[in-house]
Amino acid sequence: MEIKYKNYNNVLYVKLVGELDEHSAKYTSKTLDDVFLSTISKQIIIDLSEMGFMDSTGIGVLIGRYKKMKNKGVSIFISNPSYHAEKIFKMTGLYEIMPKIS
Amino acid sequence: MKEKEKNKMEIRFKALSINESFARASVAGFCLQINPSLDELTDIKTAVSEAVTNCVVHAYSGIECGDIVITVTIFETSVKIEVKDFGIGIEDFSLAKQPFYTSKPDQERSGMGFTVMESFMDSLNLENNKEGGLKVTLMKKIKDNEQKAKKLG
Repeated sequence: MEIKYKNYNNVLYVKLVGELDEHSAKYTSKTLDDVFLSTISKQIIIDLSEMGFMDSTGIGVLIGRYKKMKNKGVSIFISNPSYHAEKIFKMTGLYEIMPKIS
Repeated sequence: MKEKEKNKMEIRFKALSINESFARASVAGFCLQINPSLDELTDIKTAVSEAVTNCVVHAYSGIECGDIVITVTIFETSVKIEVKDFGIGIEDFSLAKQPFYTSKPDQERSGMGFTVMESFMDSLNLENNKEGGLKVTLMKKIKDNEQKAKKLG
C-alpha cells in the first residue's frame, strides 16, 4: 500500500494505491493519521481509483480515521470507489459518514 | 441432482496477515477454470479475504500461531471454498455473525467479515472442528457457466 497526497485549494487529496486488507491496515491507518493530522484543510478527499482490493478491514480503517477527524471538524469524502468497494460501503453504511463525491 | 466434483485443490499456510494476498490470488487463480465473471471472481476473493482475516486475527488469539487450510472444490456450475483453522473456534455462531459485532472492540474492527461473506457468496456455513478450530464453508454458483451447461444439454 502506498499513500500519495497533495493539498490543493484548501482540500487535502489523498490517494490509496494498492491493497487495503488486514496486512496493510496498520500502516494505512498510521500513515493516514500522520498525513491528516499535519493538514489544516477542513476537507479531505480519499481517492480510491488505484486501490486494487479492499475487504471489510478497510471499513475499520476508514471509520477510525473518521472518528479522529470528526473531533477536529474535518469532513472526509470518498471518490472513485471500485464496484466492489462501493458494495462494501453501502453494506456497512459508510457513505452516511463518509459520502461519495464525483 | 447433486453436481459432480470436477476438480479440487488444497493449500496450507501460516495464519499470518502477509499470506492474505497469496490466499486470495491462489483461490482466484484456481477458480478461473470455471469461467467466472470479473465480479464473481472479486466476490470470491473478497469472501476468502474475510475468512482468512478472521483466522489471522481471531483463530489463534492467545495461543501459538497455527495454520490455515483452504480447500477449493470445483463443480459443474459452482465452487465450494472451505477455510479451516485449528485454533480456538467460535462459541456463539449467531453472535459472531451479527453485523458490526466484534470480539475485539478495542481495535479498529468493523465486525462485518461474516456479513460480507454472506453477501458476496450464495451460502455461508460455520462449524467447529473436532480437532479444534473453525471451518467456514462458502458456496457460489457461477452464472455464465450455468448458461453454458444449459446450451449443450
